[in-house]
Amino acid sequence: MANFYTDNEDLKFHLGHPLMQKIVALKERNFKDAGKCEIAPRDFEDAMDNYDRVLEIVGDICGNVLAENAESVDHEGPEVIDGRVKYAAGTQQNHDILTQAGLYGMSLPREYDGLNFPMVPYVMAAELVSRGDGGFANIWGLQDCAETIHEFASEEQKRQYLPRAAKGDTYAMDLTEPDAGSDLQSVQLKATYCEKDGKWYLNGVKRFITNGDAHISLVLARSEEGTHDGRGLSMFIYDKANGGMTVRRIENKLGIKGSPTCELVFKDAPAELVGERKLGLIKYVMSLMNGARLGVGAQSVGIAEAAYREGLKYAQERRQFGKAIIEFPAVYEMLTNMEAKLQAARSVLYETSRFVDMYKAYTHIANERALNKEEREEMKKYQKLADIFTPLLKLFSSEYANEIAYDALQIHGGSGFMKDYPIERLVRDARITNIYEGTSQLQVVAAIRGVTTGQFLKQIREEYEQTSIRPEQEYVREILKGMTGAFEAAVTKVTAVGESEYVDFHARRLVEMAGYIILGYLLLIDSQRCDRFAKSAEIFVKYGQAKVAGYAAFINDFELKDLGMYKK
Amino acid sequence: MKGLKIVVLAKQVPDTRNVGKDAMKADGTVNRAALPAIFNPEDLNALEQALRLKDTIEGTTVHVLTMGPGRAAEIIREAMYRGADGGYLLSDRAFAGSDTLATSYALSCALRNLEYDLIICGRQAIDGDTAQVGPQVAEKLALPQVTYAEDIQKCDGKIVTIKRRLERGIEVVTCPMPCVVTVNGSAAPCRPRNARFVMKYKNAKGTQEAQDANEDYFALVNERPYLKLTEWSVNDIQSNPADLGLSGSPTKVKNIESVVFQAKEAKVLSGTDAELDAMMKELITNHTIG
Ligand SMILES: Cc1cc2nc3c(=O)[nH]c(=O)nc-3n(C[C@H](O)[C@H](O)[C@H](O)COP(=O)(O)OP(=O)(O)OC[C@H]3O[C@@H](n4cnc5c(N)ncnc54)[C@H](O)[C@@H]3O)c2cc1C
Ligand SMILES: Cc1cc2nc3c(=O)[nH]c(=O)nc-3n(C[C@H](O)[C@H](O)[C@H](O)COP(=O)(O)OP(=O)(O)OC[C@H]3O[C@@H](n4cnc5c(N)ncnc54)[C@H](O)[C@@H]3O)c2cc1C
Repeated sequence: MANFYTDNEDLKFHLGHPLMQKIVALKERNFKDAGKCEIAPRDFEDAMDNYDRVLEIVGDICGNVLAENAESVDHEGPEVIDGRVKYAAGTQQNHDILTQAGLYGMSLPREYDGLNFPMVPYVMAAELVSRGDGGFANIWGLQDCAETIHEFASEEQKRQYLPRAAKGDTYAMDLTEPDAGSDLQSVQLKATYCEKDGKWYLNGVKRFITNGDAHISLVLARSEEGTHDGRGLSMFIYDKANGGMTVRRIENKLGIKGSPTCELVFKDAPAELVGERKLGLIKYVMSLMNGARLGVGAQSVGIAEAAYREGLKYAQERRQFGKAIIEFPAVYEMLTNMEAKLQAARSVLYETSRFVDMYKAYTHIANERALNKEEREEMKKYQKLADIFTPLLKLFSSEYANEIAYDALQIHGGSGFMKDYPIERLVRDARITNIYEGTSQLQVVAAIRGVTTGQFLKQIREEYEQTSIRPEQEYVREILKGMTGAFEAAVTKVTAVGESEYVDFHARRLVEMAGYIILGYLLLIDSQRCDRFAKSAEIFVKYGQAKVAGYAAFINDFELKDLGMYKK
Repeated sequence: MKGLKIVVLAKQVPDTRNVGKDAMKADGTVNRAALPAIFNPEDLNALEQALRLKDTIEGTTVHVLTMGPGRAAEIIREAMYRGADGGYLLSDRAFAGSDTLATSYALSCALRNLEYDLIICGRQAIDGDTAQVGPQVAEKLALPQVTYAEDIQKCDGKIVTIKRRLERGIEVVTCPMPCVVTVNGSAAPCRPRNARFVMKYKNAKGTQEAQDANEDYFALVNERPYLKLTEWSVNDIQSNPADLGLSGSPTKVKNIESVVFQAKEAKVLSGTDAELDAMMKELITNHTIG
């Protein structure tokens, strides 16, 4: 009778962040539907009570169904029969139960049969699903595609494709091709417009597509003949019911084995254009990917939570040298660091979710009425923050999920290497998080802008550093201030050279330095509302301090000419 | 075929599955305060069978009938969270101390207030473990009954086809309607609570619960009458007072013993095939396994 929501107090804590008051009011347009719709909240408390109750359902299903099925799903996996995907039995059961519970279309407006939940509770549900089964989180999380349809498609398309989420239809995002992975500008799949019937037709191959046999797919395709870059790409909705697409094979993978990763062949598959031509990659996919990266953040935190718990439990039970191994410094240090990383990753997950909530709410309101100056400025501010925090979140949370799972396995000793314990699966499942939706290297490419333009520094100095901190924790802020100074000096040194390859070379270090400071502040600020985080704040900040000092020393001693030593 | 009217009998029970040290009081009775009150597990299986009929036969309604204290209205809400249309709480001091006979009598009197094509209940409750209430209700209403049901396979409005799970196999029977069906724990588990239904019905209250409610609740009930759950007292049913509650309960508990399991014996086997074989045979013969 495990409930993954109620057994983790940290979730309620993050759900209760002070900014939620504003987020909920914006999302609910000041509760204007209260009298009209019986599931619309009447006020802030009512809305929060809804989120809490619904998350309890999610936690129940994740603890008692998804987690119970995870092993058999990993073992059995999906298969392809006559060009169609058949899920493992457990995967199908997970999907059916979550559909019955009304947990698809969570963030969509009620008029499309959604629950109209903000990102924060939706992302929290994603974290819970991931703790239950990291692979299944993909199939569930692809409801993000509906969010993109909601944002950019026509009203008619919205009416047609959005309510299907609540009915259990699944989604896929078809971007990657054999020759277009990190570099999506090289997408080749062809979209041809047929004058006769006024329809678009897709021809070509997609690779590595999660849940590729979904009912509804968003496909990135080259609509402009003769073009070779991102500006020739458009986005299409493909409905499987119309035929023209088959699954050629599914990949045999290291982890997330329950999630079918498909190679798709499109042959004259009819599709509908979303929004405007040529904006496929530069506008719509960017938004889709940002949503999906937030999803991978949640997936990473969920897997990390599961792994941490496995490690902790094993360390308490296993005895060697006459005592529980958790009593050895080498083991308890691992666990304490794992916990601090987990809490830091979760903090930045919900901080980013709040930024996304704020700007998305304003974006949708802007479609209904003109925003006033103040609102426009807020929208811009949060959009910028969301843009730089999303890659930072994905980088840190996915790398931490791997580190936490790795250490949790290490704590299991030889048993960790065996299939008898869930930890080996968690290690395998974690491994994808820093690869798809853009590898960690590509997250750095996206986040470095926040470093070079000074946006991270601005957020640190003008927001986080200004928060009031309890006197007895003041020294933690002093450490963070010192780290910020070192970061600033390193950025100045690296950018002063004026050589882009030099910046690229140090980019990861710089982004990580910013990350240690930001995650440290977030934990420190969380600990003002709740004592439980004070320990992790101190531990994480001291850990970050050592990392930042190391990077600063490396950068300080590094000359432009040293690049040559590294070149292959 | 027109929609069916289904009544599910459900009970709120103390969760006796995960009992702690303080589950029993010193006098040998169940310490209800120490155990969380839950939806009797097999009643959830019964509800699922009803909801499946509602899914497939248009116009079908599912209502829950439960007898218990004011807080047992929670059972009706829990059923509505899963798709039931509503329910009735039978609650009065006059019902206190009911054994299975008095309970089935009170329930059958309440059922006379209702129209039904099918009455579905769980096989037995985890607190009393008698499995008597369903069959007794059937007898009192002079209805045919099908016990140990695992799946209601077909229903044409006049005849239901039901798969029964028996000790040594399965049996498929047909039965004229209306009838009483008691559902086994091996039947399909109940569907989860649905997010929309939870948001819609979370403020529903029974009459006794409403006594503690604030103005907001009454304002809301004005707009949404479905938030007022029907509660019946002894005056709302036609019954013979002598057959209710303690006076209607011939069962007398003479003595309750708190049995503490203690494994004292131990056998050490060396692990040869012959030894294991003998052990298996012994365990099967004395019904420890099999
Ligand atoms: C299980 C799984 C599921 C997937 N699901 C989907 C899906 O649903 N939809 C979809 O469209 N795609 C999906 N993908 C594809 C995934 O997004 C890509 O694999 C990923 O973007 C990396 O692309 P690639 O595999 O071609 O690697 P490459 O782009 O070839 O990268 C190889 C290496 O080079 C590095 N690299 C490349 N470019 C740069 C650069 N500019 N700077 C620094 N380093 C660089 C990368 O970091 C990486 O280490 C999935 C992949 C997997 C494995
Ligand atoms: C594939 C495989 C092949 C193997 N082959 C052989 C073989 O051929 N012959 C053989 O004899 N054994 C073999 N082993 C066993 C292997 O040597 C042990 O698994 C290993 O020594 C760890 O012991 P353990 O698994 O009991 O882990 P534990 O000793 O229980 O360790 C669990 C955790 O506690 C930590 N820990 C334990 N004690 C301390 C301490 N004092 N201080 C700090 N940390 C501590 C460990 O570092 C680890 O993180 C094999 C194991 C595997 C997985």
